[in-house]
Amino acid sequence: MNELSRRSFLKVSATALGGLLLDVNFGGRAAAFADRGQGPWVFVRIDPGQPIVIGARTAEIGQGVKTSLPMLIAEELDVAWEQVRVEQLPYGLIAADNELGLDGKYGAQGAGGSTSIPDSFIELRQVGAKLRRVLMDAAAERWQIPRENLLTDRGRVLHPDGRTLPYADLAARAMELPLAKEDVPLKASSEFRVIGKATRVADCEEIVTGKTAFGIDARLDNALVALIARCPYFEGDIESLDDSAALAVPGVRKVIRIPAPDPVKGLINHLAAGVAVVADDTWAAKKGRDALKIAWSPGPWSKDSSAALEQKALQALDNTGDSARRDGDFAAARSSASRVLEADYHMPFLAHCTMEPQNALLDLREDRALLIASMQSPGGASRMINSMTGIDRLKIDIRMPRSGGGFGRRLENDFVAEAVHVAKALKAPVRLIWTREDDMQNDWYRPSGVHRLSATLDAQNALTGWSHRAAASDRRFRLPERADSPSWLGCLDPDAFPAGCVDNFAAEFIPLEFGLPRGWWRGPLPSFTAFAIQSFIDEVAVASAQDPLAFRLKLLGQSREMPYSEHGGPTIHTGRLANVLTRAATEIGYGEKPLPQGHGIGLAMHFVFGGYAAHAMQVSVENGRPVVHRCVCALDVGQVVNPLGVEAQIMGATIDGLSTALNLQITVKDGRVEQDNFSNYPLLRMAEAPDVEVHILRTDFAPSGAGEMGIPTVAPALANAIYAATGKRIRRLPIADQLKA
Amino acid sequence: MTIRFRLNGAELQFDGATDMPLLWYLRDYAGLTGTKFGCGIAACGACTVHVDGGALRSCVLPMQALAGKDIRTIEDLGANGLHAVQRAWIQEDVPQCGYCQSGQIMAAADLLTRIPQPTDSDIATITNICRCGTYPRIRKAIHRAAAILKEESTA
Repeated sequence: MNELSRRSFLKVSATALGGLLLDVNFGGRAAAFADRGQGPWVFVRIDPGQPIVIGARTAEIGQGVKTSLPMLIAEELDVAWEQVRVEQLPYGLIAADNELGLDGKYGAQGAGGSTSIPDSFIELRQVGAKLRRVLMDAAAERWQIPRENLLTDRGRVLHPDGRTLPYADLAARAMELPLAKEDVPLKASSEFRVIGKATRVADCEEIVTGKTAFGIDARLDNALVALIARCPYFEGDIESLDDSAALAVPGVRKVIRIPAPDPVKGLINHLAAGVAVVADDTWAAKKGRDALKIAWSPGPWSKDSSAALEQKALQALDNTGDSARRDGDFAAARSSASRVLEADYHMPFLAHCTMEPQNALLDLREDRALLIASMQSPGGASRMINSMTGIDRLKIDIRMPRSGGGFGRRLENDFVAEAVHVAKALKAPVRLIWTREDDMQNDWYRPSGVHRLSATLDAQNALTGWSHRAAASDRRFRLPERADSPSWLGCLDPDAFPAGCVDNFAAEFIPLEFGLPRGWWRGPLPSFTAFAIQSFIDEVAVASAQDPLAFRLKLLGQSREMPYSEHGGPTIHTGRLANVLTRAATEIGYGEKPLPQGHGIGLAMHFVFGGYAAHAMQVSVENGRPVVHRCVCALDVGQVVNPLGVEAQIMGATIDGLSTALNLQITVKDGRVEQDNFSNYPLLRMAEAPDVEVHILRTDFAPSGAGEMGIPTVAPALANAIYAATGKRIRRLPIADQLKA
Repeated sequence: MTIRFRLNGAELQFDGATDMPLLWYLRDYAGLTGTKFGCGIAACGACTVHVDGGALRSCVLPMQALAGKDIRTIEDLGANGLHAVQRAWIQEDVPQCGYCQSGQIMAAADLLTRIPQPTDSDIATITNICRCGTYPRIRKAIHRAAAILKEESTA
């Protein structure tokens, strides 16, 4: 099929078959918001006879912010959710009189660290409240009465005499009136009608009918498809290339070399040297890539392996590390202790494995660019395109479609950098697609390492000392911009429980060089530290013949706030932690009645990025596999915006936690990743997925996010339950075949 | 070689690479992007479509195998009003990121055709992967869809 007939076929068939031809051009729909500069009106469009359109500013990666953030605006605007239609906003920059010369049009738009709700809870409610006020001003002017005499209800302004005016009749005038400069009063939580109400995913119908365009679904009429063969060895390069067979594949247009990342500058752009094959369609690009004859030079890590890293970690743990926290004198506590307990916990590398592989659609021109991609960090993408092309950031148009998962993978923009490399050489728009193999073998992996925990007990079995020492791959490696930050940041959680609850406490980290790039994986720090901490606290309780629940509660002690320096601080609240643990234990019937033969209950609690979570699981082991009979999660994330969304996040994170604890690991041999697809990285399927009972504690604390809260306590609760059921202690993840006879 | 088939009710023909998987034909030529790419090895089910009424994974289904076949994609499932499975998915608020859900829905619709009142064990035969872990709500939604279909058939 030639180019012309392919295009016309596309047009005919798309309409005939019920499909959606995604014709995206510069400008476009989002421009309707755009001419309003900055401020509340950029988020809301009110037109007569139309639903009230509320813009969603943050990248939607499955965490539910496309629903929950517009809910904040709708609440204070005082419209019913049924009157609202949500539209995703593009990434927005405007010129500003500051050092950068730029300001965010919509505020924070990236997705990471469970920050969207806490960062937006007041800010976006102010947006709604200021718009409500100016709509009331327009009505006051029309009716010639003071605003103070007016009320609002479901998108209408109410006159004391019973007359009403819909917002749509007032919006045009309201947009000419001045907005309140200072913050305006917000509703009391008792007045909420949208916030706190179970609300379904805003664009659910589009999703279930296949109409939602994810990044990988974006199209430009004249874009060619690119696949890249990447060097499988860390820091390797192209030794020789024969692309004649690739270029002979029908539909293949061009072969482009992608240079290796600069070893001095590190991984600022992309991950690996490679060869891009550009073709008319994905299949031709794939066949072209398969036909490339490339000899790779294996680079400096070709003899290294994850098994060797583990040995290196074990040796390193005999040495002193970088101190992250020291209370009292752990060494003295150790020498005077009646008993010293010690255990090592092993964590594997993990891949993010977003369901939608990485992709980028890029139209790069001399002085402007259009990028459509599934991403978590559009600001990073904007900076990257600017640094690689010199294009004015105000001329870089970035669209953020719904992403098929994020989990931290899309905080990096290496796929954007690759698209820039290809588009520059191609001088035409490019649609870069990663295969699953590309995705699994070229990730920013969750770090692997060994955590060594030690506890000291006195003659009365009271805990006198706690030491948490870890050796893991260095987060600064190949990332020189991080060289000045402490090695342990994001690797060790020095203020996590039981810090502050025991007199002698030490936390140390030993960074290890390893070629595999490491990144942020859902709940980046707690998702692995909690496994070590909450498993070991169980071991200490059991070894000292104390009940694991009572032991934890006794250590937590009096309800109080303590300083917490890592993400989610500045404080950690022992009472909130005790409450979620107690609730989870109560719901599962912990200690209440005899369990069936071979069953055990395990508990775990953790403070996660400002939220508090606890899991309780009832487990048995059948034919060497753990079977989860009941799984309870209790959660305190403060004020809840969308309980249905929070429940979804906790259910999903629990499944994610089970999937990784049971099955998943990335291993490295001879300087390359061994796993390449779901066949050897077996994500959990329906058959092994339990129901998850979620209990959200309704508290009045400021809200935290919820996307990452449900994951850290899963692995330790499961491991503790396995111990309770079988007497076998899991100290290495994944569990895999460890329980097989 | 010209391959003739039916796609979402339309009679079509294809003259391109005969080894091209149906998935890439749908996504690159038919403008039907609701069918998703997840793994390319028939492991995840994101690309599930119906061929002659049964669920198949289109990422490993070459065009040459489709001569005379009747193919239906997610875009057509609810073309004349939402399918019971789609309604149940909305009511149970199943999607998180949403990417795998086209395939999950096509697999569930197929299951309900074969087993109108499935047990949890029947539902567990669906091997589609959801990275977000929406399985508990998928399970509820399939039971709900079965109830909707039963009610509609007796109404």
